[in-house]
Amino acid sequence: MTQAAVATAAVTPLVELSDISIAFGGIHAVDRASIDLYPGEVVGLLGHNGAGKSTLIKILSGAYKRDSGTIRIDGEEATINNPRDAKAYGIETIYQTLAVADNVDAAANLFLGRELVTALGTLDDVAMEAKAREVMGRLNPNFRRFKEPVKALSGGQRQSVAIARAILFNARVLIMDEPTAALGPQETKQVGDLITQLKSEGIGIFLISHDIHDVFDLADRVCVMKNGQVVGTAKTDDVTKDEVLGMIILGKCPPGAVPGPGAMRE
Amino acid sequence: MADHDAISATRNTIDISGGNALVRFLKATELDTRLLGMIGALLLIWVGFHILSGGLFITPRNLWNLSVQTASIAVMATGMVLVIVTRNIDLSVGSALGFVGMVMGVVQVEVLPGILGFGHPFIWVITLAVGIVIGALIGAAQGSIIAYLKVPAFIVTLGGFLVWRGAAWWVTSGRTVAPLDPTFQLMGGGPDGAIGFAASWAFAAVACIGIGAYLYYARVQRKRFNFPLRPIWAEAALAAMGCGVVIAAVAVFNAYPWPTRIAARYAEANGIPVPEGGLFISHGIAIPVLMAIGVGVVMTFLSTRTRFGRYVFAMGGNPEAAELAGINTRWVTVKIFMLMGALVAIASSIATARLNASTNALGTLDELYVIAAAVIGGTSLGGGVGTIVGAMMGALVMQSLQSGMVLMGLDSPLQSIVVGLVLVFAVWLDTLYRNRAQ
Repeated sequence: MTQAAVATAAVTPLVELSDISIAFGGIHAVDRASIDLYPGEVVGLLGHNGAGKSTLIKILSGAYKRDSGTIRIDGEEATINNPRDAKAYGIETIYQTLAVADNVDAAANLFLGRELVTALGTLDDVAMEAKAREVMGRLNPNFRRFKEPVKALSGGQRQSVAIARAILFNARVLIMDEPTAALGPQETKQVGDLITQLKSEGIGIFLISHDIHDVFDLADRVCVMKNGQVVGTAKTDDVTKDEVLGMIILGKCPPGAVPGPGAMRE
Repeated sequence: MADHDAISATRNTIDISGGNALVRFLKATELDTRLLGMIGALLLIWVGFHILSGGLFITPRNLWNLSVQTASIAVMATGMVLVIVTRNIDLSVGSALGFVGMVMGVVQVEVLPGILGFGHPFIWVITLAVGIVIGALIGAAQGSIIAYLKVPAFIVTLGGFLVWRGAAWWVTSGRTVAPLDPTFQLMGGGPDGAIGFAASWAFAAVACIGIGAYLYYARVQRKRFNFPLRPIWAEAALAAMGCGVVIAAVAVFNAYPWPTRIAARYAEANGIPVPEGGLFISHGIAIPVLMAIGVGVVMTFLSTRTRFGRYVFAMGGNPEAAELAGINTRWVTVKIFMLMGALVAIASSIATARLNASTNALGTLDELYVIAAAVIGGTSLGGGVGTIVGAMMGALVMQSLQSGMVLMGLDSPLQSIVVGLVLVFAVWLDTLYRNRAQ
């Protein structure tokens, strides 16, 4: 590959959100936010509760419909109006609430909305369970409770079900909303290892969190939001944790970061 | 892969260690303890009424009648399970049953004979088809308002409760339509509306073969993917229990003879000599019961083996998750109500045929019995939980209570009081069970 080709490949982001806005009854939950994501990259999205992180990301995953702005996937404008559209682009989301159906088992959750069927059109439960055992074996080798409804599982086990569902269908973009909020230290480490592994497979990951330490360990870049606006974006190597805290609390953009519309004006 | 196989090899039968013989038996057969509890409660009710009524309850005659009386509510309860599982409710089924019944009455008595000729063999099936289409349209209308206009199901179907009862009166301005088409009447039971001795045993044989084939197929499938298997003795026990219930039921239905006068008239018409002590002609399984069993099998298949059924339960467990998983939850909701409407039409044909008349009051209070049957059968009003078999058993429990109290000669106001108390008691027991299971 020539130098030029590498450069072109590198400048086409996997996902490009530009000037996204959405308002709920006069409140600008997200205001002209722009953010991009490259293959094999982890971008941490930081901010207080109500800063607009989850709302912005729900627009990408199709759960909310934006008022204005464009979404580009691989440089081409994408139409995302509902979760089905997003999935068609290979965008998978692990929600803060995990969004699993508590009353059905792990295999049913993994394949929810995309069930395997037999030649007669009936559910192929056995094949789904076999595939579920394979995927879950990779993520969480200790997982054995395939027959029980998900509500009987521990927080970490439910998390692995949600993650397994996201990667089962060859996701290219993974959105993780507070993936470790409900987990113990051991399970948090497992999720961290998993993120590293997915990254090496070339999957782009948006990591939403308000735990700054988590994000610094895992993310390549951070993007800070405040009051629905992007304060700034920075490589984690170029800024310190204190500087990022300043961005979150005060909206003050440090020299190592690219300021956004939400940056405090001196 | 080698190590994967090693794990499977050590786990190819279900772990049944520990506990006493009963616990081991339940683990090995993977039977639903809740359902077993319901069967136990049902037997207790039967034995109790048998003693209290002085030996009138557990007789072929009463059990046969009980099966016919249960059919209509049981058919609707299967649909109500799906409605309640998705956290909705349908209060309109009783009124819709009355309306669809009136329309079917007019179609078969006043419209079709004029076109096809009186007593034409296709009248019943055209009438039933018309009823099912109208039922499904009613469901589609209510379901669309619930799913797309976001009006709560309680309100929409409460409106439907009033609308369809009024509409039932409107069809003929309150006039009762009777008698119905002779073939249509067979759907209501009675000596003619049962399939007789030989066909009933043939049905039992087919059902037993079906049970065996199902167990075998399930085992082959599990073997294919190296999943834990039940011990052979447990499979045999399941097959024996399933076939035992079928054979016992058919034996009871066949032990109930036609009334002597009808049998005598039949013998005269066919030139059969009447032996000493009267002619014994078995009823066999009643046609409405066969219809209810058919509906139960189809609905169980729909709810457990198809995408539609999977979506229904996922929506009940977590509507947001279902939506985010890309399921078109609104359309599924509309389909559930359409299915409910079609089942109301089937139940209506059973109820009108049994009465041999379409009246505008038919189905009054049925919505409450249907909901009660589903809830007693383990359907959780919180959504996400329920089985078709459970709801049909629930219908049988409700009907057993009513029938038993009639046999005991209790006053009808007292009957309502007892049914109401039992409903509350059953749901309380269920709550206890669920809390312990968690």
